[in-house]
Amino acid sequence: MTDRSTPTPEEIAEGTSPPDPLGVSYREREESITLSPLGQQIAEQREANRAERGNVSQADTALAPETELLTMNIGPHHPATHGVLRLLTTLEGEVVKETKPLIGYVHTGIEKNCEDKSYWKVIPLIERMDYVSYYFNALAYCMAVEKLLDEEVPERAQYLRVIHLELCRIHSHMVWLGTSALDLGAISMFWYCFRERDNVLDLFEMSSGQRMHTRFFQIGGVFEDIPTGFADKLRDFVQQMPGRIDQFADLLDSNEIFLQRMKGIGAVSEERLLELGVTGPLLRATGNPWDLRKAAPYSSYDDFDFKVPVGTVGDNYDRYKVRLMELYESCKIIEQALDGLPEGPWITDNRKVALPPRHELATSMEALIHHFKLVTEGIRVPAGEVYLPIESPRGELGCFVRSDGSSKPARLHMREPSFVNLQALSDMAKDTYLADLIATLAMLDPILGGIDR
Amino acid sequence: MEDPPREGPVPDAPGLELIANALREHVGADVVVETSYYREQACVEVTPSALLAVLKFLKEDQTQGYGFLASVHGVDYLPEAPRLGVHYELLNMRRVERIRVKVRLEIDDPHVASAVELFPTADFQEREIYDFFGVIFDGHPDLRRILMPEDYEGFPQRRDFALGGEPVMFTHNEPEGPGWYE
Amino acid sequence: MTPDSANGSDNPGGALPNPFYTDQPGSPEEFRARQLRAREMLKGDIESDDFEKYVEEAVMLTTLDKALNWARSQTVFPMTFGLACCAIEMMSIVSARYDVARFGSEAFRASPRQADLLILSGRVSIKMAPVIRRIYDQMLEPKWVIAMGACSSSGGVFSNYAIVQGADKFLPIDVHVPGCPPRPEALIYGLIKLQRKIKGNPDLGWRERYDAFGTEEYPYGTANAPHDVDLDQLIAERRLQKGNGRPAAGGSSA
Repeated sequence: MTDRSTPTPEEIAEGTSPPDPLGVSYREREESITLSPLGQQIAEQREANRAERGNVSQADTALAPETELLTMNIGPHHPATHGVLRLLTTLEGEVVKETKPLIGYVHTGIEKNCEDKSYWKVIPLIERMDYVSYYFNALAYCMAVEKLLDEEVPERAQYLRVIHLELCRIHSHMVWLGTSALDLGAISMFWYCFRERDNVLDLFEMSSGQRMHTRFFQIGGVFEDIPTGFADKLRDFVQQMPGRIDQFADLLDSNEIFLQRMKGIGAVSEERLLELGVTGPLLRATGNPWDLRKAAPYSSYDDFDFKVPVGTVGDNYDRYKVRLMELYESCKIIEQALDGLPEGPWITDNRKVALPPRHELATSMEALIHHFKLVTEGIRVPAGEVYLPIESPRGELGCFVRSDGSSKPARLHMREPSFVNLQALSDMAKDTYLADLIATLAMLDPILGGIDR
Repeated sequence: MEDPPREGPVPDAPGLELIANALREHVGADVVVETSYYREQACVEVTPSALLAVLKFLKEDQTQGYGFLASVHGVDYLPEAPRLGVHYELLNMRRVERIRVKVRLEIDDPHVASAVELFPTADFQEREIYDFFGVIFDGHPDLRRILMPEDYEGFPQRRDFALGGEPVMFTHNEPEGPGWYE
Repeated sequence: MTPDSANGSDNPGGALPNPFYTDQPGSPEEFRARQLRAREMLKGDIESDDFEKYVEEAVMLTTLDKALNWARSQTVFPMTFGLACCAIEMMSIVSARYDVARFGSEAFRASPRQADLLILSGRVSIKMAPVIRRIYDQMLEPKWVIAMGACSSSGGVFSNYAIVQGADKFLPIDVHVPGCPPRPEALIYGLIKLQRKIKGNPDLGWRERYDAFGTEEYPYGTANAPHDVDLDQLIAERRLQKGNGRPAAGGSSA
């Protein structure tokens, strides 16, 4: 740490305000990452000692072991970072003093690509942002465009959306639980969770033909009605799922190692989390029941009776528990949606937005014209700007769409909860052990595709 | 959560005008450039120099209470001038009200004050806007590129930045291809 | 009666008069020839030095090679390395339903030094490409790469400023698996293709396999990179050496 060749003490002393980023070269800025304030304090202390005694001894250049700081790089390729996240940690012994996430290693430029696609073709791109909760990305985008079009979605489509969203929430939490438990050494959880995940994916495959990135949600509704047999299979799944969640809870809640690595670790106050813009299970673990499904219901979530699980102290255990409880609630919502699934169309009959049904093409010239216009040109969306937030498994997922009246979005931005939540990692991991950093990161549940987009 | 749930979206159009008037009264007479109410979403455009004061007022004033910054995003309005825009999506969690504060910046030397002091959540998001649009947030503690490599040149999500990539080869444009496959 | 069987019965142990005979190892003709030689040996026609030499060349070495390649192909250790969406599907090949352990590849290694196979599971951004290249360079030979999914094969739908349009721009890829993301079965199929490739006795060094001399940071064989080395000549020499009795461009393919 703080070797002699890097910035002089005068520079460090003066460097309270950051230099103009455009005026500093790349290498110097790279150095600035590794310089923690604590390291500066120690360097100053060492200089003071030296000035006091007047001579330079070996003891002065070697720091006392308890104050020596180590900057350690974790990632971008590391099995426990849930993707290509790079963490620059400053360690004092084994205790994390500072964590800086360096991101962008899967930056895909999706937002720029979307500006080059018509509104229809954006949906598959959007789904590949947060690749574990793809239905949510598609919904945020579709609802934003529906808002711009001022389009009503049929009730059956809303219910089908809710069913698939909650299935996707189960899928997302299963991937989270499996990989997190794997990081903490509970490898059998991985197999159990991926078994349930595959059951969810079977259902997705049945309704849309794809396992991941299904493009089931359309602007104005859903792509197709659910096939025969889907409801029965879904009911079977929903009935067996709570028992499986009980098993997961039994396996983990009576595991002393797991509990010791979860309880009392990584707690951050509710106020600080709100300042940092954290939403979702992380915020709910502190006791704040902020859930957009309840606070600002969309897609007929107000028809269903479900609870928002909240924690008490907001440590890692609460985060784990909140997500586990959400799984039960998701099952409840799916069951209600399946029971109350209304009959009717599953996509809007506005021919300017949705394709006409196949049989109409053979008989109606008008339908043929609409079909041709939609397929070749796409939907024309009135000019305007809309920001539409929904509750994804990780928090508030917002989609900002700016339309200039053409058939391509002029600007599309996703407010990804993983990206915003990641800022809280430094606060959560401060003054915990390095091993706890892995547990904290696992409970933060970052999806790097969402962070980098 | 004691407030009774309201009917319809909030703030509504008159509510937006009330907020604009409050801004004119408390922050400065000419801070509000424009208000727009579109698809039940309220948006107030302010002058860049007054941005911090506006955000501070909306956050800390008792009657407003927009204490949560949901999102910050940059926009490039290419044919229009001023070209760049920065949007702040504010949220009042008690009353579940959202308002968008917008500033427009010239493309040459775009500067705006950083909101990190007021809302620490803006840290990464402002870095992202700097990365993609080149907007410089004065007072940001660590304004570096965040998603692109540090030595990358250009601001890739501006609309005059080429999309990049490679053309897909079909039979009709095969003769123009690189030809290595032959 | 086919010409082959006619030759077999008429000229046992002859000098192989079959005009269609080629010396390709593994070809039916070659196999037939070896069969005939074996018959001679059983009769006692081949003796002493000839016999020793034959056993060494034909039985021991080729069989050992085959056995080695077979063993190598059935113990491919992939690296724990996920990039994007495909990584989730890559993880699920380990799970109980797909069970890649049937094909000997369930041992995911976290360190590049212990892994044989790099599965590029997802999109490769320009920021990640140097990192991947470094990881690949850290792996020990023989090493293999599977490009999983459309993004790492060709850039996929992301034809833009941030994504490398196909990972074979910066490292050699042995098998491409199409799909977005590919199903786990597709990845397992790609793995089986790779196993077939390994069994086909390819060159084990990747530069030899892909004829990639001249891509070293220093000219091949010179540690300190002197300036007076004729790079073209060095490459030509290496190609000659590498040919080694086999046609230079005859890389095996899956």
